[in-house]
Amino acid sequence: MNFDRHHLLGMEGLTREEIETILTTAESLKEISFRDIKKVPTLRGKTVVNFFHEPSTRTRTSFEIAAKRLSADTVSLSANTSSLVKGETLVDTARNLEAMNPDVIVIRHSMAGAPHLLSRMTKPSIINAGDGMHEHPTQALLDLLTIREKKGRIEGLQVAIIGDIAHSRVARSNIIGLKTMGAEVMVAGPPTMIPPFIESLDVGVTSRIQEAVAWADVIMMLRVQLERQQQMLFPSLREYSRFFGLNLETMNKAKRDVIIMHPGPINRGVEIHPEVADGPYSVILDQVTNGVAVRMALLYLLLGGKKSEMAD
Amino acid sequence: MKWLIRGGRVIDSQNQVDDLMDIYIHQGRIMDLQPVPPKRGTKSLSDYRVIPAEGLVVCPGLIDIHTHLREPGFEYKETILTGTRAAVTGGFTAVACMANTLPVNDNQSVTEYILNKAKEARLAKVFPVGAISAGLKGEALAEYGELKTAGVVALSDDGNPVMNSQLMRRAMEYAQAFDLPIIAHCEDLTLSRPGVMNEGPTSTRLGLHGIPSAAEEIMIYRDIQLCQMTQTPLHIAHISTAGSVQLIREAKKKGLPVSAETAPHHFSLTEEAVIGFDTLAKMNPPLRTKNDLQAIQKGLKDGTIEVIASDHAPQSALEKEVEFDQAAMGIIGLETTLPLTLNLVHRGILTLPQAIAKLTQGPARILNLPGLGRLEPSGPADLTIIDPDLEFQVDIRSFVSKSKNSPFHGWTLKGKAVLTMVEGRVVFNQMAPMVEE
Repeated sequence: MNFDRHHLLGMEGLTREEIETILTTAESLKEISFRDIKKVPTLRGKTVVNFFHEPSTRTRTSFEIAAKRLSADTVSLSANTSSLVKGETLVDTARNLEAMNPDVIVIRHSMAGAPHLLSRMTKPSIINAGDGMHEHPTQALLDLLTIREKKGRIEGLQVAIIGDIAHSRVARSNIIGLKTMGAEVMVAGPPTMIPPFIESLDVGVTSRIQEAVAWADVIMMLRVQLERQQQMLFPSLREYSRFFGLNLETMNKAKRDVIIMHPGPINRGVEIHPEVADGPYSVILDQVTNGVAVRMALLYLLLGGKKSEMAD
Repeated sequence: MKWLIRGGRVIDSQNQVDDLMDIYIHQGRIMDLQPVPPKRGTKSLSDYRVIPAEGLVVCPGLIDIHTHLREPGFEYKETILTGTRAAVTGGFTAVACMANTLPVNDNQSVTEYILNKAKEARLAKVFPVGAISAGLKGEALAEYGELKTAGVVALSDDGNPVMNSQLMRRAMEYAQAFDLPIIAHCEDLTLSRPGVMNEGPTSTRLGLHGIPSAAEEIMIYRDIQLCQMTQTPLHIAHISTAGSVQLIREAKKKGLPVSAETAPHHFSLTEEAVIGFDTLAKMNPPLRTKNDLQAIQKGLKDGTIEVIASDHAPQSALEKEVEFDQAAMGIIGLETTLPLTLNLVHRGILTLPQAIAKLTQGPARILNLPGLGRLEPSGPADLTIIDPDLEFQVDIRSFVSKSKNSPFHGWTLKGKAVLTMVEGRVVFNQMAPMVEE
C-alpha cells in the first residue's frame, strides 16, 4: 500500500503505484455494495461535504452513496442553495465550510483550478469531482477500474477517446491515467474539438473515427454539448452524428472483444447510437457501479481509515 | 539646494556618454557634468551636498511608458500617490499612465485631475495617456485637441483593443493634427476570447481556454498597415510573441514610424508559470513559450524593441484570490522592472547602456518628452542612481505599491535603484544616512 496524499486534485502527478493502490482498494470495497446491509463503520464520525457548483446527478449521488456506505456523514451543497448566489466568493464559502470542520470537501466547479484554489486556502482534504475542462480524476479512476476488470490489464491496451476532446475533463484525466498505466491512447473527433498541442500528451490523433475504432481495444465516447454549435465548432448535430457518432456500421470494423465506455449522460442518437449504447460490448453501467467503489476507496485512503475496521 | 553626485559611472545613451563623471545640480537643474579624475577643486564645493556615487551607475531618470495608476475610480488598487511612490522606489522619475480609469481619461477634466494629483504627490512626473475612443468603447473618436491641451502625451485604448479598423485609421489620421503618437494594444478579441492564458501545451494540460499568438500578430499587422497608410507614429504596447517581433522588425526595415515595447514578464517568464493555476501569472497578453521569450530577448538585443515598460497593473486580492477564469489580468511591475532588466545585463543579453536606453532614451523619444531621458547642462535634474550589483530578495510585503500582485515574490535579483531624484529633489533614497535633503 502506498498512498499518502491529503488531496486528490487530478490524475496528473499520481504515480502508477498510487493508482494501483486506489484500484485495488476499490476492488476490495466493491463487494460492500452487494451486501444485504450495505454499510461498514469505517468512516464513522467523519464528515464529507459535497460542494457542487455545477449541475451533476451521477457524480454527486455516487459520492454520497460512497460516503454513506462507509458511515461518514454527508452534506450536499449546490450552487443555487449556497451563498455563492448571494455573491460570496468561492474562497469565503470554503472558509466558512472549513470552520465547521469537515474532513473532506468534494468539489465540482465549472472553472478549471477551483479545487486547487481551495486546497491552498483551506485545510480539509479536497477531492476534485470535475473542474471546468481540466480534470475529473474519479471518472478516470472508475474507467481504469472498469477496463482492468473487463480486460484483465491496462498496460499495452489501445484506447480510443472519441468526441469533443478539447472541452472534456474526462478525456484529460483519462489520457493522463491511461498513459501512466502504460496504455496507448488515440484521440479522435472533429479537428475543431481536438485541443492544440494535444500531441504533447503523447497521444495519437485522427479526425476519422473509423480509424480509431478499428484500432481500439477500448472505445471511450464523450458527450457532445449542444452549446458548442454556437461556438462554431460544428455545423449541426445531424452532421456531427453522421460523421463523428458511433453507429453499428462503424462498429463492424471494431475488434471483436472491444468494450465501449461513456462517462454519461448519453446523448442517444448523437455521439452514440442507441443500438451501440445498449449493445453487448457496452460497459456503461459497469462504469457507474465502479464509480461508487472508486469513491469509497478514495475517501478511505484520504481519511486514512484502518484496514481492520474494513473487515466487518 | 546644490548637489554634487560624485564619481559615478554616468550612462546617457542619448548623448553617447558612458564615463566616470561628477554631476553638479542647482535649483532642480543640471549645472554641469565633468569627467573624473582630472582635477577637482575647480569649483568651490563648500555649498554643495555630496552624493558619493563611486561604484554606482548614474543615468537619466527612468521613464515608464506604460503604467496603470488606477486613479480615478479604482483607488482600492492604487492611487496616484502610491503608484508614483512605487515608481520612484523602482527608479522611475516619470510614468505615462493609461486611460482605463473610471471615468475614462477621454476628456480634459480627468487629465487635469490626474495632473493635479500628481503635483500634490510631488514624486514621479506623470504623463497621462488619453483614450483613442470615447469611453474606450471603440465606437467614436475622443477629443484629441482638448486632451492634448490638457496635457496628454499619447493616445491609447490600452486594455481594450480598437477592433474597428476604420476607427483605428481615423484615429491615426486625426492624431496627426495634434502630434500625438498612438499606443496600440494589439489583440483580435474575436480570436482571443474566451482565452485566459497562452494557447499551447500548458493550456491544453490545464484545460484553460487559450489565446493564440495569432490574436496579437493579426492586429499588429493591421496596425502596421494603417501606419503605412497614415504615417502616424505607432507604438505597439507589450509585445509577447516571436511573430510580433518579426512583424515589427520588418516594418522598421521599411522605414515606418513604428516602435515597440515589451514588459519584463515577457522576457522573464513563460506560460509554465500558470501551472498550479497561479492567478499571478495571468496577464494580457499572456505569458508565452520559451521560443517567444527568446525571440523577445533577441528583439531587445538587436534594437527591434526599443522600450521596456512595466505594464504596472495593480489588482487587489479581490481580483486575484479567485478562480483562474475569474481572475483579473495583470501584475504590478514598477518596483521590479529595473532589476529584471538588469538581469538581462548580468546574463549577457544586453549591455548596461542598452538596457538603460530602453528605460530612458526610448520612451522619451516616443512620447516626445523634451529634456527627459538624457543628462544635459540646464536640463532637469531627473536622474536615477543604480547599484548594479546589489543583491536582494523580492518581497511583496516590502512593496510600496498598494497592490501586491507580483509573480516575482521570493526571486533573488541583482541590481536596483538606490536613489531617485526629480528636479533636484531626492524622492527615493536607499543610500542614507549620508544623503538627506
